[in-house]
Amino acid sequence: MSELIKCKNVTLGYEDGAVAENVNFSVNKGDYLVVLGENGSGKSTLVKTLLGLTPVLKGEISGSVSHKEIGYLPQQTVVQRDFPASVWEIVLSGCLSKCGLRPFYNDSEKKLAKTNMERLGITDLAQKCYRDLSGGQQQRVLLARALCATGSVLLLDEPVTGLDPMAAAEMYSLIADLNKNGITIIMISHDMDAAVKYASHVLHMGGDIFYGTLDEYSKSPQGKWFFSIGGEADA
Amino acid sequence: MLDKLGEYFQYSFVWYALIVGVLIALCASLLGVTLVLKRFSFIGDGLSHVAFGAMAIASVANFTNKTVIVLPITVIAAVLLLRTGKNTKIKGDAAIAMISVGALAFGYMLMNIFPSTSNVSGDVCSTLFGSTAIITLKKADVWLCLVMSAVVLAVFVLFYNKIFAVTFDEDFAKATGTNANAYNLLIAVIIAVIIVLAMNLVGSLLISALVIFPALSAMRIFRSFKSVTVFSAVLSALCALIGILTSILADTPVGSTIVSVDVIAFALCCVIGYFTARR
Repeated sequence: MSELIKCKNVTLGYEDGAVAENVNFSVNKGDYLVVLGENGSGKSTLVKTLLGLTPVLKGEISGSVSHKEIGYLPQQTVVQRDFPASVWEIVLSGCLSKCGLRPFYNDSEKKLAKTNMERLGITDLAQKCYRDLSGGQQQRVLLARALCATGSVLLLDEPVTGLDPMAAAEMYSLIADLNKNGITIIMISHDMDAAVKYASHVLHMGGDIFYGTLDEYSKSPQGKWFFSIGGEADA
Repeated sequence: MLDKLGEYFQYSFVWYALIVGVLIALCASLLGVTLVLKRFSFIGDGLSHVAFGAMAIASVANFTNKTVIVLPITVIAAVLLLRTGKNTKIKGDAAIAMISVGALAFGYMLMNIFPSTSNVSGDVCSTLFGSTAIITLKKADVWLCLVMSAVVLAVFVLFYNKIFAVTFDEDFAKATGTNANAYNLLIAVIIAVIIVLAMNLVGSLLISALVIFPALSAMRIFRSFKSVTVFSAVLSALCALIGILTSILADTPVGSTIVSVDVIAFALCCVIGYFTARR
């Protein structure tokens, strides 16, 4: 099977130094990869590198999906929380890369936006203002936008941060549904439980980098250690 | 009152002032929404002070067409300011404050050391708070303003969707292959052009008002990017119209009258927004 994304001996970081070295993993169609790791272990840098916002310092990222075809769900910024834009405008803006130099959206792009809104159950919110929505609804809107930008791979950067437990659970099951329908998921997360429940593969950043299936991870030293911490936090 | 207005409307300079004033206000408000949302409200202020400094250089060097000097300097300053957004040692707001007061001091000093007229404080005052220049506009000035406004309007409409995407989420736009830096540059250049045009109307100290007030007013009431943009443009043009007419009738300074009307409009929008939000 050909890989959608393959990282080979990649060094992540910025001009003034490497954050993580020798990152190796690959993502195949239908995978649900959860990227775990402490703060500062290079998770955000990995996101930026996968999206092509930060250059690869060493090594190689290859695969059949270019960084422009990855649907990205970013962490929310302060600017967005107070932004006067309708849900429809935001979802539609996910189609922007399909426009190229054409100044306006065409019918097929509008249809795509509508389809994705139906898919996430936010059709009735179309004319609502983004800043008036609940946290969970806002994430759905951004997810619909990400789906407009991709048909295959979603990269989610801590999608449940700031959501209450109910909304977080809904978000996770939504993502799992998308995954079942053939969308490949790469999720950055702190959340051990979610990783265990949904992931097919785990990439553990920081220290000794681990990559493997969920089963392999739970038997690895990193996994055992992380599980023990996760267990304590829950107790 | 109407008689007095009718009398004034016989003069072409009144028409020129109205056309130029309304067009400039309209253009300034278009990008205001983006600047306010990107937390760049003060960029207008910073740039206008740079334009003031450049204007001083142009006066000292005795250029007849000052725009030749003022426009390039302001555009360069705009590009530099927007570039400081990230990854620099001096952060955005500090950089703007620095450039803004620096240029102001430098310009005032130049005007004093090399006075081009006997009335230095009058010159300074009219550069800062807008001059009577708006009623001494020549046909050529009006044409320049018409062409520039048309260009700004066309660019804004053509790149509307891109400007929205870059304003709402720069990282997402970049990730999906939109050249966000190019659009930031475009925004910077347009705002610089508008500021240079608007200097004659309201003066360099009051330009920010034209940029931010209509946008903030519209954001009180409307809830989508398109409606906010359209309403702020309409409101801004309307306020400029009312302001100029009032200043003619009441014999008040043009710039500060327009800005006062903007402030009143903002207050009204706050009230309307308060009641519509509770519905």
